Amino acid sequence: MTPILECNGLTKAFGHKKALSDVNLKIDHGQIVGLLGPNGSGKTTLIKLANALLTPSAGEIRISGMTPGLSTKKIISYLPERNYLNDWMRVHDIIGLFSDFYEDFKPEKAYDMLKRLDISASDRLKTLSKGTKEKVQLVLVMSREAELYLLDEPIGGVDPAARDYILETIISNYNPEATVIISTHLISDIEKVLDYVVFINEGRVVLSSSVDDIREQGKSVDGLFREVFRC
Amino acid sequence: MPWDLKPDRPIYTQLVEHIELMILSGVYPPGSKLPSVRDLAKEASVNPNTMQRALSKLEEDGLVITHRTSGRSITEDSEMIKKAKTRIAREQVLEFLEKMQKLGFDQKEILSIITGMIEEVRG
Repeated sequence: MTPILECNGLTKAFGHKKALSDVNLKIDHGQIVGLLGPNGSGKTTLIKLANALLTPSAGEIRISGMTPGLSTKKIISYLPERNYLNDWMRVHDIIGLFSDFYEDFKPEKAYDMLKRLDISASDRLKTLSKGTKEKVQLVLVMSREAELYLLDEPIGGVDPAARDYILETIISNYNPEATVIISTHLISDIEKVLDYVVFINEGRVVLSSSVDDIREQGKSVDGLFREVFRC
Repeated sequence: MPWDLKPDRPIYTQLVEHIELMILSGVYPPGSKLPSVRDLAKEASVNPNTMQRALSKLEEDGLVITHRTSGRSITEDSEMIKKAKTRIAREQVLEFLEKMQKLGFDQKEILSIITGMIEEVRG
């Protein structure tokens, strides 16, 4: 089976600064993957390349064998690191927008999750707190039936209780054929749900391994991360 | 029974041990149905793939049986359950003995501590 995401010699430079250099990576279907690295290590750059928001300076990135573009956007559900929703809209307006926009969007799923999170669909985004807006965005992203979910820092801005609910949402909406890639530096919170981790530092992949292999050596992912990235 | 998962051991082995314990202690009695992979994964807040792997291991060991159409259930073979119980008991005792040896107790002393404590508990 073609990997859902594949990078060969992938390099991205901004002027003289290399955000990613010579990244080689293969991610298969049906996994929850942690993309872990300190601030400024290149996590967001990689995710943006996968979403065709940036183009490689050298090398290639393929999504299910395809170059990122219109056809890959149909199968990727992307949670950007910042809020992009229009403040004047109400939550149900956005759900309508997403239903029009994406064939695989399931509004009933979205309403169901909003209810559990106690978010009223008639609220205007303007009136929601930063954490609640993040939850709305995640609900929208997880209500699609995509093949690849790219979640850039999905748990950074929410409290620990909501964090647990979000992880539960990711687990319970997860279809075994799909792959979820979560970028974060809050490792101990999510390591229980990960199959596989990719450590990235200064634009290079420094480790990619299954979580069980790491624990087989008597280490936690969090512990290994602290070891690899000791300042 | 809370799913208390340690960060430095493979998750699936811990899931196997936990479900084993639930079976042997009667939370899931012999012949009863096991919840779905998805529900169990949610309960333990782990990845469904990992739960699937744990259940496959339990199946291999014979404690859990998969039916083609109606999910999974616990074995009705009481011999099998007895064997699993004995195995876990032996593991526990072995661990205990190793610790006691590290503390410098010999066999006789260990036995007398155990007998003494059993009587104490019995009151």
